[in-house]
Amino acid sequence: MSTVTSSTEPGAMPNVAAGLSGLSRGRSVTNSVMTVVVYAAFLLALVPLAWILWTVLSRGYTLLLDQNWWLTSQRGITPRRVGGGAYHAILGTLVQAAVCALIAVPIAVFTAIYLVEYGRGKLARAVSFMVDILTGIPSIVAALFIYAVWVTTFGLQRVGFAVSLALVMLMIPVVVRSTEEMLKLVPNELREASYALGVPKWKTIARIVIPTALSGIITGVLLGLARVMGETAPLLILGPYSASINTSLVDGPMAALPTMIKDNFGQALQPATDRLWASALTLILLVLLLNGAGRVVARFSAVR
Amino acid sequence: MTSITGHSEADAGPSGDMAATGRVGDRVFSGLATGSGVFVVTLIGLVAAFLLAQAVPSLMDNKAGFLTSREWQVSAGDLRFGIADLLWVTVISSIIAMAIAVPIAIGVALFLTQYAPRRLARPFASLIDLLAAVPSIVYGIWGYFVLRDFVQPVQRFVESALGWFPLFAPLTVSGTIFLASIVLAIMILPIITAISREVFDQTPAAHKEAALALGATRWEMVRTAVLPFGKPGVISASMLGLGRALGETIAVTLLLSVTRGAFSWSAFAGGETFASRIANGSSEFDTPLKTGAYIAAGLVLFLLTFAVNAVARIVIERRKAFSE
Amino acid sequence: MAQRIDVKDLNVYYGSFKAVEDVSMSIEPRTVTAFIGPSGCGKSTFLRTLNRMHEVIAGGRVEGTVALNGRDLYSKDIDPVAVRRTVGMVFQRPNPFPTMSIFDNVAAGLRLNGVKTKAVLAEAVERSLKGANLWNEVKDRLDKPGAGLSGGQQQRLCIARAIAVEPQVLLMDEPCSALDPISTLAIEDLIDEIKQQYTIVIVTHNMQQAARVSDRTAFFNLAATGKPGRLIEMGDTAKIFSNPTEKATEDYISGRFG
Repeated sequence: MSTVTSSTEPGAMPNVAAGLSGLSRGRSVTNSVMTVVVYAAFLLALVPLAWILWTVLSRGYTLLLDQNWWLTSQRGITPRRVGGGAYHAILGTLVQAAVCALIAVPIAVFTAIYLVEYGRGKLARAVSFMVDILTGIPSIVAALFIYAVWVTTFGLQRVGFAVSLALVMLMIPVVVRSTEEMLKLVPNELREASYALGVPKWKTIARIVIPTALSGIITGVLLGLARVMGETAPLLILGPYSASINTSLVDGPMAALPTMIKDNFGQALQPATDRLWASALTLILLVLLLNGAGRVVARFSAVR
Repeated sequence: MTSITGHSEADAGPSGDMAATGRVGDRVFSGLATGSGVFVVTLIGLVAAFLLAQAVPSLMDNKAGFLTSREWQVSAGDLRFGIADLLWVTVISSIIAMAIAVPIAIGVALFLTQYAPRRLARPFASLIDLLAAVPSIVYGIWGYFVLRDFVQPVQRFVESALGWFPLFAPLTVSGTIFLASIVLAIMILPIITAISREVFDQTPAAHKEAALALGATRWEMVRTAVLPFGKPGVISASMLGLGRALGETIAVTLLLSVTRGAFSWSAFAGGETFASRIANGSSEFDTPLKTGAYIAAGLVLFLLTFAVNAVARIVIERRKAFSE
Repeated sequence: MAQRIDVKDLNVYYGSFKAVEDVSMSIEPRTVTAFIGPSGCGKSTFLRTLNRMHEVIAGGRVEGTVALNGRDLYSKDIDPVAVRRTVGMVFQRPNPFPTMSIFDNVAAGLRLNGVKTKAVLAEAVERSLKGANLWNEVKDRLDKPGAGLSGGQQQRLCIARAIAVEPQVLLMDEPCSALDPISTLAIEDLIDEIKQQYTIVIVTHNMQQAARVSDRTAFFNLAATGKPGRLIEMGDTAKIFSNPTEKATEDYISGRFG
C-alpha cells in the first residue's frame, strides 16, 4: 500500500523502480518450472517417434536394398530360409486401398457436398453426427460388420474385396471431414458470382466450388489412404494371408503388408524376423509417402 | 433475344435451354448428395442391426451370464461365454493409457501453440502428427521386441513399492496390460494433441492480452486464459482418444499375453480386450453360433465406442454453442 | 438489349423477418439508376430481388411483382437460373474464380451455359474485356490467373465476366467500395460508357458517386432498427440532390444522419 501512495508524490522514482522488479519469487519459479515441463512434454513425445522409426529403419533396411524384395513374393519360402520379397503384399495393399478409394471417395465427397451445400435441419445434423461416429468406429467392428454381411449372410469367401469394403467404412469419415472443411473455405462470393451468371447450382458446385477446393480434397484422400493401408484388423477377419501373388480381389486369399508382418511375427527364426522388420519398414515408407504427398499438395495450392 | 423464358425461346441468348437441363442436373446432383448422406446414416444403423442379429442366437444359447461370466467356451454344442474380464481389461488398459497420454498431450499442445517459436510450430506439429501415421501393427512389434525390455524394470519397481495394492500386484507375465497401456498412450497422444492444439489456438487474443496486461507470467496467462477456454475441447479430445484406445486391435493383440482362466485385477497381468479376443479368435470363425459369440463381444465394443464418441461430440457441440 | 424493370408492391422476407416493404418503382432502359440510403435500409436486399439472388440465402422470398419488359420474373414458369442470365450482377468485392485464368473467368458464364466453340468464346472474351476497358491491360496475359490482377482490374474483370453472357440489365452492389479512388474512377467511367447498351442499377454508399454516375436516384430508409426498409423517394438525380421532396431525403443527403 505504501508504495502506491508514495509513488504518486514527486521525487518517488526509486519506489516505482522497486515496483517494476516486484514479480514474486514464487510466481517466477512456477513460471520457469512450467516452461520446462511444457518443453519436456514435447521432447518426451518425440522419443517414441524417433525410437520407432530408428528401430524399424535399422532392422529393416538391408532387405529393401535387394531388388528381389520389390519384385518377388514369398512363395515356397519357409521361415527358415532367407530370400523372397514383398511384391505380393505390396500389390495386395495397393490394390485393396485403391478399390477402397474408388468406392469411398465418391460417397464421401457427395456426403460432404450434402453437408455444406444442401444440408439443413435434422437430416444434416444426423449425417454430421453419424460421420463422427463412423470416425470413431473401431476397425475390428467395421470388419465384423462386413464379415456378418459378406460371409455369414451372403455366404461368400474371405477375399480382398471384402477387406476393401471394410476399409471403405474407415476411409469415408476421413474424406468427408477434410472435404467438408475445404468446401467451407470456398468463399460464398464465388458461388454468388456463378449464380449471377445464370449457372445452375449443381454446375456451380461441380465446376466452381469443387475445383477451388480440389487440392484440399486430394490431401484428404491421400491421408485417408495412408490410414487404411496401415489397418490390420480388417485383414485378420477378412483377408487371410497368402505367400503367393494374387491379383484377384474376388478369388482366393490376397496378401497385404500388415498380414505379412503378422505372419512373420510368430516365427522366432532370424530370416522371418528380418522379413518382419523389412515389411514393417516397407509399410511405413508407403504410408509416409502418401502422408508427405498429401502435405505437399496441401501446401502448394491452398484456397486463396 | 429479349425474352427471359428459357423454355419458349430455347436458343435465345447464349444457350437458352440450360434452364431445363439445369433443373434435371440439380435434381440428380442434390439426389446424389442427399443419398450419400442418408447412406452414411443408414450404414451405422446397419452395423448395429447386423451385429445384433447375428449375436442374438448365440446369446440365446449361452449358458453363462454374458455380462458377468469370465468363461469363453465357444466350441459347438456347449456355449458358455461372458465378457466380464474383457470389459475390465479393455477399460483399465484404456484408462491407464489416458492417464499417461492426456497430461503429455496437453503439454505438447501448449508447447506448440503458446511456447514454441512461431516459425517452428508448424513443422513441430507435423512431427507429432507423424506419430498418428505410424500403422498400429508397427507399434505392436516395436512394443513387443523393443519397449517390453525397458518397461519390465519399471514394473518391477512399482511392484516392489506398491505391490500391496491390487492394481499393482506382482505377477510373472511378460505381455502386461501396463505395457499395452504405454503403447496405447503413444498411439492416442497425437489424436489428443491435434484437437487440443486446435482449441488452444482459438483462444481469443483479447483474453490472452487481458491476462498479460494484468501482469500475468506466461504460465499464468495459460492458466487463466488458454486452459479454461480449451477445457471442453481437451475433454472431448480425450474422449476421442479413449474411443480409439478401447477399439485398438492389433497392437494390443500382439502385446498382451493371453492368460485364460487366471484373472487378476493387477495392471501387471495379461489378458484380452474385446478387440484382441476377437482378433485371436478370428481363425476359428467356422460356425455361426461360434462367430456369434465374438460378434456379441464386437457389439458391446461398438456400443462402448459409440457412447464415448457421442459424449465427445456433445461436449464439442456445447462449446460451439457457447462461443457463438 | 436494354430493358425496363417495373416493380410493384414488393415485400421481401428472410424467413419471418420482413426486410423491405412495399416498394414500387420503374427503372428505365439505358439509364443508370442509383440506390442510396443508410446501412441496413434494404437497398442491397432489394437489388438482389431484381435477379432473384436473394433466393440463394435460406428463407429469402418476396411478395409482389418484378416485371422485365412486362414479364413477371416471379411467375411460376420462370426459372431463376434464366433470370440471372438475363439480369447480371457485379458484387461488392471483386470475386474472380481463383482456379481460372483471365480468359476462363470471362468465358466462365458462356462455358458453364454450354458454349464450347473456341472462336465464339474468344470473340466474346475480347468483346467483353474491351467493353470493360481491360483488354489493353491484359491482352498479353489472358492465360494468367485472374486473382493476380489488382483490385480495380479484378473488378473490371468481374464486370467483363458479367457482360460476356450479354445480360440486358446489370446490377452493381457497391462495386467500388473495396477499391481505391483511381480504380473507382475507372469503374465510373466504364459505367458511363456501357449504359448505352445496358440498364444499370447501382447500390452505393457514396453520395458523390451516385451524383456523378446516375441519371435517376432512389432513396431508401428504415424507420428504426428491426423495421423493414422502404423506398422514400425516387426521381432524377439532379432533382434528388438539389431539391428533394421528402425531408428525410434532404437530411440524408446533407449529411445530417446516416
